[in-house]
Amino acid sequence: MTYLNILLYIQIALSGICLYRIIRGPTIPDRMVGIDIFGILVVGICAIISIETEKSFILDIGIAWIILSFIGTLTLAKYLSGKKLNE
Amino acid sequence: MLTLILLCIGILFNLFGCIGLIRLPDVYNRLQAATKCVTLGTCSILVGVLFHFGFNDAGVKALIAIPILFFASTVSAHALIRGAYHFGIKLGEKSIRDDYKDAVK
Repeated sequence: MTYLNILLYIQIALSGICLYRIIRGPTIPDRMVGIDIFGILVVGICAIISIETEKSFILDIGIAWIILSFIGTLTLAKYLSGKKLNE
Repeated sequence: MLTLILLCIGILFNLFGCIGLIRLPDVYNRLQAATKCVTLGTCSILVGVLFHFGFNDAGVKALIAIPILFFASTVSAHALIRGAYHFGIKLGEKSIRDDYKDAVK
């Protein structure tokens, strides 16, 4: 299955582009946008690996990554708008 | 074969989203381009996983991941851009209209 390897390397290179935005971003929300997009791209990486290895538990890692990235981004957005976490 | 087509479409959309994340001038434009394109591309990849496995455990896990991805990505993008506006990030130089400024005051 060689085409899956090529697609997997392309997807990993795309998450490298997101790392460029995280490192280089001029302001704090730019870095957070990069982190959010990186979390979604990792789910794609997990899906391609699960096709390649024919295992199903790797999709569980993807679903857990979505939910943790969601909670983390909401917390950071609340911090950015200058409010406490309980209001 | 259908799996390959769906995976290629998904990775193409991810590529467009990442190009937008690099090239656009403003944090609002960047998030708007990147979130829409990358969410649609990843959902296409997950549909490809569903077509590859069929309706066994892995395919149903991919089917469950799609609505979770839609809700989580859109809600977190909305909250993030609202936080960025309240943080005081200015719009880009070519942006000509700001409707949210009246709604805040």
